[in-house]
Amino acid sequence: MSEHILEIRHLSKAFGTHAVLKDIDFTVDKGDVTTIIGASGSGKSTLLRCINLLETLTTGEILFHGKDIAGRGVNSSAYRAKVGMVFQSFNLFNNLTVLANCMIGQQKVLKIGHDEARKRALYYLNKVGMAPYINARPDQISGGQKQRVAIARALAMEPEVLLFDEPTSALDPEMVGEVLDVMKSLATKDNMTMLVVTHEMSFARDVSTHVVYMADGVIEEEGEPEKIFSNPESPRTKEFLKRILNN
Amino acid sequence: MFGKLLSDISGLWAKYGTTYLQGIGNTLILAVTATLIGCVIGFLCGILQTIPCGKNDSVIKRVFLRIIRIIIRAYVELFRGTPMILQAVFIFYGLPYFFNVNFSSIWTVSILVVSINTGAYMAESVRGGIMSIDPGQFEGAKAIGMNHWQTMLYIILPQTLRNIMPQIGNNYIINVKDTSVMFIIGFSDFFAAHKMVAGAVFKYFPSAFIEMGGYLCMTLLASFLLRKLEKKLAGKSNYELVTTDQLVMTAGTYNYPDHQDGSPFGEDKE
Repeated sequence: MSEHILEIRHLSKAFGTHAVLKDIDFTVDKGDVTTIIGASGSGKSTLLRCINLLETLTTGEILFHGKDIAGRGVNSSAYRAKVGMVFQSFNLFNNLTVLANCMIGQQKVLKIGHDEARKRALYYLNKVGMAPYINARPDQISGGQKQRVAIARALAMEPEVLLFDEPTSALDPEMVGEVLDVMKSLATKDNMTMLVVTHEMSFARDVSTHVVYMADGVIEEEGEPEKIFSNPESPRTKEFLKRILNN
Repeated sequence: MFGKLLSDISGLWAKYGTTYLQGIGNTLILAVTATLIGCVIGFLCGILQTIPCGKNDSVIKRVFLRIIRIIIRAYVELFRGTPMILQAVFIFYGLPYFFNVNFSSIWTVSILVVSINTGAYMAESVRGGIMSIDPGQFEGAKAIGMNHWQTMLYIILPQTLRNIMPQIGNNYIINVKDTSVMFIIGFSDFFAAHKMVAGAVFKYFPSAFIEMGGYLCMTLLASFLLRKLEKKLAGKSNYELVTTDQLVMTAGTYNYPDHQDGSPFGEDKE
């Protein structure tokens, strides 16, 4: 049996009186590539932000290797260092170069020395093909390049899980491919455990091992991609896929 | 008419030049020191005021943070809301009532007063500067496991500093001019030199002329240097692709999917 890395139990989140997530339950195992799909406003991104503790949960638990990390008195920084996150809007540090973006977390959080951190940063920047750009600042490179650097920054922390919050939604169409290629390689060659919120149905169908369809703050249906895409049970899933795949 | 003015000015300068220069020196030292200390106070207030605190934090932490915020608020309102000339008098004559201190050095009090006054303004500037930073920068830092202190020190404050450089320049120039009120406690700045010289030889207008020129020179020089500094903080406008570093693989663009082995270095290849 594979090991549960993340276990979400009865997670609910409300902004004021507006319930965004209602009683979410699911698990992420080692090596899983889980995609979360669904219409805008269905709570996908909020769920991902809750998992990285960027939002506080209203109720429920998040277990990381069996330990609750959403409760009081838990060191959330130490947890976040083990769970990487890639944002829709990249969020690269504007005051630092590409190389420094990938080194600062290693040096300050993991307390790795300069030379080792640089080596590791370059290793991952090579992976995403951005190593020649180490001296550039974030405002000097394109969106697709920024997102690849953001992936390298997250990888340089050598996290156990990598969360992707709509990583290609803010990109021009011709740049989507380069980011998806990198993600595909991570999934298939490096067996990275990934949790991806996306509108890229081809990625969900071809790369992921598990698909979660969310609607109105609940998990409407989940399962293997072949089952969800070729034979969905719920009428809402059918309706959503029909609409999005015909576009 | 102008000939008389010129000869008066050169006469004053020949006789009291060192007095004026000493005044300029004192003014600059006080303004620079107090602005720097004021910035430090402002940045500290900025960090303390923005410590996040949610319902998951302990009661002690929440109460503690609440008290800190109230103290900073009170400090800012008090020192922004009263004249600096009065603050100088208040502290210079007030402290000896409560503490067994003897301000043998007027310097100490002057720097103290101007610093905390500047700090009060800077606290608000820094707060505004921090608020203007994209929340994504905080989230990016949090997501790689940085705590509040690290996030502030390495990510947010460097960007804030760049954004509020014009504000710091403002404060510095205001300090160059407003340190003249420190004559009230006997500080011998540039304006005090005027009072002394003019009082001795009754040449008020020529002396004021020198003062005007002197202050303008100080502030223009400050503006010029601050512009330079701003440019420097903005960083290089160009970058070069790195092709010679041994750890950098190629000069091309992305190439990851073409590598069939797991590592771009090929060290795990059989």
